[in-house]
Parts: sequence; C-alpha cells; structure tokens
Amino acid sequence: MSVLRTAGGFSLAYRPRGLAVGAGCAVLALVAAVFAIGSGSGDYPMSFGQVLRTLLGTGDPADEFIVNDVRLPRVATALLVGAALAVAGAVFQSVVRNPLGSPDVLGFTQGAATGALTVIVVFGGGSLALASGAVVGGLATGLLIYALAWRQGVHGYRLVLIGIGITAILTGVNGYLLTRAQITDAARAVLWITGSLDGRGWDDAMPLLVAMAVLLPVVLIGCARALHMLEMGDDAAFALGVRVERTRLTVLAAAVLLVSFGAAAAGPVAFVALTAPQLARRLTKSPGPNLLPSLCVGAALLVTADLAAQRVFADRQLPVGVVTGVLGGGYLVWLLATERKAGRI
Amino acid sequence: MTLVSLTKSPRAEADPTDPPPPAARPPGSGRHARRAAGLAGALLLLLVICALSLAVGAKPLSVGQAWSGLTDSASAEYTVVHEMRLPRTLLGLMTGVALGLAGGVMQALTRNPLGDPGLLGINAGAAAAVVSAISFLGITGFTGYVWFALAGAAAVSVLVYVVGGGRGATPARLALAGAALNAALFSYVNAVQLLDTASLDRMRFWTVGSLAGAHGDTVLRVAPFMAVGVVLAFALARPLNALALGDDSAQALGARPARARAGSMIAVTLLCGAATAACGPIVFVGLMVPHMVRTLTGPDMRWMLPYCAVLAPVLLLGADVFGRVVARPSELQVGIVTAVLGGPFFLYFVRRRKVARA
Repeated sequence: MSVLRTAGGFSLAYRPRGLAVGAGCAVLALVAAVFAIGSGSGDYPMSFGQVLRTLLGTGDPADEFIVNDVRLPRVATALLVGAALAVAGAVFQSVVRNPLGSPDVLGFTQGAATGALTVIVVFGGGSLALASGAVVGGLATGLLIYALAWRQGVHGYRLVLIGIGITAILTGVNGYLLTRAQITDAARAVLWITGSLDGRGWDDAMPLLVAMAVLLPVVLIGCARALHMLEMGDDAAFALGVRVERTRLTVLAAAVLLVSFGAAAAGPVAFVALTAPQLARRLTKSPGPNLLPSLCVGAALLVTADLAAQRVFADRQLPVGVVTGVLGGGYLVWLLATERKAGRI
Repeated sequence: MTLVSLTKSPRAEADPTDPPPPAARPPGSGRHARRAAGLAGALLLLLVICALSLAVGAKPLSVGQAWSGLTDSASAEYTVVHEMRLPRTLLGLMTGVALGLAGGVMQALTRNPLGDPGLLGINAGAAAAVVSAISFLGITGFTGYVWFALAGAAAVSVLVYVVGGGRGATPARLALAGAALNAALFSYVNAVQLLDTASLDRMRFWTVGSLAGAHGDTVLRVAPFMAVGVVLAFALARPLNALALGDDSAQALGARPARARAGSMIAVTLLCGAATAACGPIVFVGLMVPHMVRTLTGPDMRWMLPYCAVLAPVLLLGADVFGRVVARPSELQVGIVTAVLGGPFFLYFVRRRKVARA
C-alpha cells in the first residue's frame, strides 16, 4: 500500500501492484481489441496501422465501413460485457465471501435467460424485446432472491442457498420453455443462453454503455471502501462506520443490473463473472474485492475469448460462450481442488 | 412383473420387520410396530400411485379397464397399457427408488442435509457424459451410453466428495461447490447441443428429465444396474449408522469407515448413473424424500432407507401423473415438475433450518 500526498494535505492510498495489473490488463484488452478489429471475423484483413488510422478517422471509406459499422461494435460489446460481468462477479464474490459465489451459480443469469426465453418462445420477439426480457428477468430474479434471503438482513450464505434453489427451479423452467419451442426457436434460444457476439451492433452496445456509465461510479467510487470493510464481517464493518445493509443492497442491486444489461447485450456468457475476479485477485495478490483490476481482466478475457472462438476452428465460428464455458469449467475444477486445501471453499 | 420383484426383493432382504437384537430396542415402546405399519401404509400408497400412473394419460382409463389391459391380452386397452403405460410406470418406479436411496445414502455419507445427487451435480455429470457420447461418438442405444453415464456420475461424485468431505466443509459450501459444477456441466451440455442442431432436437427432451420415452427394453437394461445399487445401499444401512457417530466410534463398533465410504460412492454412482441414463437428470427427489422420511422414522438408516425406497417412487410417479394431467393434451416432463415443485420445498427448508450457518 502506497500513499500519495499532495501539498494541500490530501492523501490517496493505492496499491502499486493492483494499479500495474489493472493497467497491464487494460493495455492487453486494447491490443487484443485492435487485433480483433484487424483480423476479426471476416475475410478482409487489415494491418495494424490501417486499423489505427481508421480509428483515428483518416482511413479510406471501405476500411471505415468495415471498422466502424462491423467490427468495432462487436469488439466494444465484448469489452463492455466482459467488464460488466467481471465487476458484478467481484461484487458477488465479495458479498458472499466465497470464490464460487458468482452470478452464474446463484441464479441471476438463469433469471435473465428465463426472461429472454419467454420472449423468444412465447412472444417470438426481435432482438430489442429479447434484451428487455433479459433485463426484466434478471431484475425480477434478483428481487426475488433478495426478498427470500431477507431475515433481519441478508447473510451471505443464505443468499447462496436461496440462489441455488432458485437456479434449480429456473433451470427446470428454462428446460420446459426449450421443449415447447419450435426447433428453429430452440436453436436461437440455446445460442442466446450460451452467449454469442455474432452480429452485435451499436444498438446492443449503447444501452450497456449507458448502464455502466451510471452504475460503475456507484460501485467503484461509492461503495468500494465499504465493500472492502464488509469482508471483515458485519460487526467489524459496522464498528468502522459502514452502513452494512444499505451498502449491501446498493452493490447487489448494481451488480444485478450490470449482469442483466450484460446478458441483454451478449447473452449470459458463462464463467466470466467467476473467473475474472479470481484471476485479478491472483495477479494483484491483494485482499478485497479488487474491482478495478477485475474490470480490466474481464474485458481482456472476453475479447481474447471471442478472438479465439472465431479463429480456433478454421471452418466454423464458435459462439464465445462455448470457449468461456469450457475454459471456465476447467478453471473451476482447478479452483475447487486448490482452494479446498486452503479451506476457502 | 419379474422386474417389480427384482427391485423389491432386496427390500425384502433388508426388511426391517425382522426384529433387531433386543438390546437395540428401546425398552417399552411400540416404535417398531408403528414403523412397520407405516411402511405397509407407504407401500399401499405406492400401489395406488402405480394404478393411477397406469390409468391416467392422454387416453384416460378406469381402474377396471387398466386392470383388464394389464392382464387380458384380448382387451382394447392391452396395447396402450403394455406398450406405453407399463414401461413408463416401471421406469418411474425404479428411478424413484434409485434417486431416493441415492439421496439418503449421500446425505448420510456427506453428513450434510443438502446432499442431493441432482443438486450436487452428479446427475449433471452423467448427463454431460451421455451428451458427449451421443454427439461425438454417435452412440444412440441405452446399452451404449449407460457406461458413459456411470463414468460421468462416478467422476463427479468423487470430485464432490473430495470437495465436500473435508473437515471445513459446511452444507452451504458443499451445495455451492455442487451448484458451480452443475453450472459448468450444463454450460458444456448447452455448448455441445449448439454445435449440433440434430442432436439438440433429441437431447432437449432428454436433458429436462422425462419418463415419456420409456420402452420395455430400456426398463430391462437399466434394471440390473439399479438392482445392484439397491442391494448395496441396503447393505450399507448399518455401517452408515455407525459412521454417523464419527470415524473413531464407528471403528470401535466394528465398522470399516473407508470401506463403507467406498461402498456408498459405488452405490450412489450406480443408482444415479443408471437413473440419469434412463430418463435424464432429475433434481430434488433425492433431497426431499430423505428429509420427509427422517421426520417419520428418525435417523436410523435401517428404517430410513426402506421408507425412502417406497416414498421416492410415490413422489416421482405422482409428479409424472401430475405432469400428464396439468398440461393436456401435451405433458410436462417429470424433471420439470420435480424442479418446480421441489424448489419451494428447498427454499422453505433453507429458510427454516439453520443450515445457512457458515
């Protein structure tokens, strides 16, 4: 922990390693983004210089169309979704004090999936309706879980168990909706549940960008310190002047909104919310929620995963959720094996 | 009908009506007589549900018609009953027995009230293995993929036990580890389905857990695995009772903890793997039934397991019949009914009990 002092008597405490990790991952994410724009999903290769020139507004018109209307929105969506899911995951893991307590496991993404599936199967709506369905479903599930877990405050483990129960119910409901669908709708629904960035435009990225512009300051500036203190236990945090229940409600609401909007943009991409905060924590080697490093790691993770999903198999493009699901599942098993020895799971 | 006797005979073997040694009997109580009477009542209930399962469906039959369909090969209902209702009922019966016993054994083994094979990801492990077999190796028949289901169930149950058997493991932690595994396995299943639309069409009905596809030969082929699992589970009743006292006391009482644990894992794997291969992953049956039974019998496994084996199929067949009635003319798959009805039970249980203590 280092402290920066200004002449006026102000001071700012920061962790150099955390900052370095955050900056490193942000650079990695941007480089991967530029690389993804350059080679991208298409058959129109562009050099690194060409991409940079086009981004700065001095490229030729053909390049501009490819970059600004096709590849940039996709990459921007990937960066934003990765960042949103990662911050939400960091918040959840911090509140339930368990590395496995990510929104994938606790039913919030299942809720978003139920909302989206209802739109696809029952109403047959387009992409805007689908996105709204996901947001509504995620929010409703969040409210339900919070209400059921409430008993003179929300204890982390009650939240976990209620979330698991709700997940199991919603998995049943989602399975039912899938069996009711026509096979084409079912294929579309499974693609959405897995999470895919194919054909994402600015319409998908903008709502998420707005939501993040509002929510991230609330979490990162408003609640990060309180969240850090909450990890020491409710009593200690209360003694240090944290309004325990209000903080918890605020960060959970923000995290649920982030997950819902993220899922609305690209589907509930599996395990980004679980792995990104854990990777960030291992890189920074510092306790606490590690919100900012998680954000950068998440963005880098999703952009790289999308790049890999497009290029690993030459003949076919995979949805990004397949890559994160398989990698995240492997990481989860490793996490179970190692964290158990340390007694944290 | 040989099948019914096959699944029932082990129950008779371990039948608790033969009196335990007098020393074990609490003095001056008619508890055993009451429990035996309760078991008889539960069996009667099971018979009623079986009859209902034969009679209720897209073509409703009266009980008399169902009976004549069952016994009289010349009757009009013979085909309906023998081709569709009977295999379905038998499969539901066997799956129910398997899931109930697996839940009871798992809860005793992990000493954890949330030890449900569905919740801990064991059924999902079997499902993931079967889906891989269908999609990558082109295996279709039950005999082909039952081995994959067993391997998947075995892998996950070992993993869950390693994670959940440690000293620091609390119910919530074990449930969380299981839920995370479930999420990973289902995302894998989704990914496989996505790559192959043809298999999605087949698998989306299987992955919700359904008895609708039951055939006579599925029933015949799944029976041996379940029979071995059932016999093993009943044989484990005493060692598990001893294990409940802790390893040291169990050893002093003559039980071998390592052997009992290994046996339990094998039993759970056989029961869950075969059940999942036959009708897809089904959650909450293994959770609910042992808890309900425990309020009736107390913690003695020698009574608990037989009760589980009788009441779990009552629940499963009841859910199946309910699913046939509620969404006429189509039907709700049994896995969906148990998830949607079992979920609230789980929530109630979690809120009521202090399992949430970390």
